[in-house]
Amino acid sequence: MNNGTNKLLKSLYSICKINIEVYLAFLNKLHPLTTEKHRGISFLEPLEAIFSQVYLLLNRLINHMINLYILGFKLICFKEVINMLSVGLSIVSLARFQFAMTTVFHFFFVPFSIGMGFLVAIMETIYAVKKDKDYLDMAKFWGKIFLLSFAVGIVTGIIQEFQFGMNWSEYSRFMGDVFGAPLAIEALLAFFIESVFIGIWMFTWDRFKPGVHALMIWITSIGTMLSAIWILAANSFMQHPTGFKINNVTGRVQLTDFGAVISNPQLWRAFPHVILAAFMTAAVVITGMSAYGLLRKKKNENIFFKKSLRFGLWASLIFAILSAGAGDLQTRQIINDQPMKFAATEGIYEDTKDPAPWTVVALINAKDHKTTNQVEIPGVLSIMSYHKLSGSVKGMNTINKELHAKYDKQFGKNMNYYVPPKTLFWSFRVMTGFDALIMLVSLVGLIFSRKKKDTIESHKWMLVVLGICIWVPFIANSAGWFITEFGRYPWIVYGLFTIAQAVSPTSTVATLLFSNIVYFLLFALLGGVMVWYSRQTLHHGPYYEEADSKQNVDPFAKEAFGK
Amino acid sequence: MTLSILWFLIIGLLFAIFLFMEGFDFGVGMSTRFLAKNDAERVAIMSTIGPHWDANETWLVTAGGAMFASLPLWYASLFSGYYILFLLVLVGLILRGVSFEFHKHAETNAGRNLWMWAFFVGSILPPFFLCMILLSMVQGIPMNANGDAFPKFFDVVNLLSVVGGVAGVLLSLVHGLNFIRLRVAGPLRDRARNLNKILYPILFLGEVVFAVLVFLQTDFFTKRFASSLIITALIVLFSLLGYYGVLKNREGWSFAGSGLSLSMVIVLLFNGLFPRVMIATNPAHSILIKNAANSQYTLTIMTIVACILVPIVVIYFIWSYSLFTKRINPRENTVKY
Repeated sequence: MNNGTNKLLKSLYSICKINIEVYLAFLNKLHPLTTEKHRGISFLEPLEAIFSQVYLLLNRLINHMINLYILGFKLICFKEVINMLSVGLSIVSLARFQFAMTTVFHFFFVPFSIGMGFLVAIMETIYAVKKDKDYLDMAKFWGKIFLLSFAVGIVTGIIQEFQFGMNWSEYSRFMGDVFGAPLAIEALLAFFIESVFIGIWMFTWDRFKPGVHALMIWITSIGTMLSAIWILAANSFMQHPTGFKINNVTGRVQLTDFGAVISNPQLWRAFPHVILAAFMTAAVVITGMSAYGLLRKKKNENIFFKKSLRFGLWASLIFAILSAGAGDLQTRQIINDQPMKFAATEGIYEDTKDPAPWTVVALINAKDHKTTNQVEIPGVLSIMSYHKLSGSVKGMNTINKELHAKYDKQFGKNMNYYVPPKTLFWSFRVMTGFDALIMLVSLVGLIFSRKKKDTIESHKWMLVVLGICIWVPFIANSAGWFITEFGRYPWIVYGLFTIAQAVSPTSTVATLLFSNIVYFLLFALLGGVMVWYSRQTLHHGPYYEEADSKQNVDPFAKEAFGK
Repeated sequence: MTLSILWFLIIGLLFAIFLFMEGFDFGVGMSTRFLAKNDAERVAIMSTIGPHWDANETWLVTAGGAMFASLPLWYASLFSGYYILFLLVLVGLILRGVSFEFHKHAETNAGRNLWMWAFFVGSILPPFFLCMILLSMVQGIPMNANGDAFPKFFDVVNLLSVVGGVAGVLLSLVHGLNFIRLRVAGPLRDRARNLNKILYPILFLGEVVFAVLVFLQTDFFTKRFASSLIITALIVLFSLLGYYGVLKNREGWSFAGSGLSLSMVIVLLFNGLFPRVMIATNPAHSILIKNAANSQYTLTIMTIVACILVPIVVIYFIWSYSLFTKRINPRENTVKY
């Protein structure tokens, strides 16, 4: 054997050795956590070993990714989220990642479906009243997109319901008395309405009179909104618990006042914000897809897409403004309820001056608890927070001390009450910035397409911008939920129960990683296919179905007899 | 005390309704391969449940929600204990749920095939694994004092649970074929009946094996001999009713028979479980209804809500079925799916 091969073998050996050592160290690190309330690791022991290895690799990969630079800027938000996820190692972080992934994906389709249902209902009502056939075509065409999104929304919704039991069984035990009721009522009241009436609506275009048929989509749409109320009632309790006591024997939450759960102030500020943002989401998609439709310049479709465009522009302008207003209402609730969340969205560490300046952008140093390089507008934060020209806002350092004073007895001195400030700071700017962008773009679009001087088709760039804007509300929606959910850290139920306490004791790295991978692959498939079929539907245009069904009338078509 | 038992019964009822309604959905999905011979027939079969499948599935979501709202400790232990199996149920439900809409939009043969297969696979996985979960659960599994279940491989995969899973799939298929006989016209209708003529004898054999295994592997017959025996007899009896309907070509009887025998399986399991909801190998760790239940206050509210909403749901649910009674004929190719 010559020297070269020897060297190669040696280095190979050393790589293996390092790998094994790291792996063993990793398992050691893992086991104290998993063996605490021990058991014989489920029936997936072999899988466990394989997935631990995969997890290790992923961890390394993520560590490299943390240092990613894009155009010279470090991906700051990303790093913080990753760092936070790895707090408490493996099981909690994997369960959190899964919840974030499934919820964000689910919430692409939820607001879109709620909004589409509502807008399609309006279109069909206009048809039923005015008998303008264009609006029938619009209801049918946008109805197809609605159904696609609805389908993905349903199936990803079931995951949400099962997930509380699967990954967060301790949470389910702790919160069962309060949390189960809205969920069950949501199913009984909303899901049945949605599922039954959408089934009827889909298949009765030719059977019901226009008015009656429109009623079916209205009922479906109301069902989707009822569903939003109940799930937000459940979420609002997690943000701002009301109407409960802690049972002395079991140590679990016990409902004492159902009325207080439903009339939770957090709920009635979150609901308008969510629902109006949902309408805006659908309106922006209708606008954007119509803009693409106009770009194709098919003469027979021109009127259809122009009407849809105007409809979408008006709706997105109105709902963008309204949702900003609703967001303002919610913000002012949060200042009192969850001051840490609010301070983080504004990147305030030290108490502000009076009147408080608003930081447009800044660099946040989460380690040393400092904000630098602020670009500030004096006085604006006071107006935003209190609708007054004066008043200072508490900083995170002060709030941290307050929280320690309040909760140290119950949760110990080692709790970290700082929420991830960069994530919240930038999420807030993304959300509000995109909302403002939608307002601006819709306004410009309306001006270009006004009846007296309609020049929108000659402004191709405008159509392209509108088309690109399709993606904007989805990002803004997710950013909004990032603020709400990350801002509750370290609690799963504010002030009562921490995230680390809530996770299933039965969960293992193997099962969580396995399910994460399965969900990820499924979501990639569903999301991709959904977008692809929507694009295809747009490509065919609104008059495709009729031509298609004419062909199908032929009783001797190939299909009828198979091959 | 009484309210928590009432909710145990309501959950049982919801699961029973779910199996009755969704059972034929699953069977219809399986029929796309076991019964249909070409794509037109597959589409016709699929469209028999087009307007209904989502509403049927809602019974499962409601059952889960009711479990969470009334007996949360059961919900927490069951779902976290059978993690992987519930994941597989979910995968099935997801594939099935999107297949209807996606199949409609697919334009290539490959695309249509993909979603049709997703429909088929998604219709087999959930009944199989749900029955497996239930039948593994009733045999007793290792649990700790906190109620966390740690079933080992052979606690989950054993003779009874596998036979139960297969029986669930088979019953769903038979039920689905009976539904198809009600909803389609032409040769498909006759072929569904002929296939059921073959399947019923196999089903009876399966039911006998199932009953023997339940007798051997669970404590149902030692704890409640009479009621367990009666319910087991009812399962067989309803299946016989279904078989009678097949032989005499009485479609309504067949459908009711197969649906009720599916529901009776749930009745058997819930009857045997009572007053427990989870059975641990160490009896001290078994979860009882009274320990799993929510506070009296919450249960009262939920009872009021259910009393108001369920009748309304049932009314429009049935009304939606009454709208779609015209038989579907794949030959006419008017199926607008």
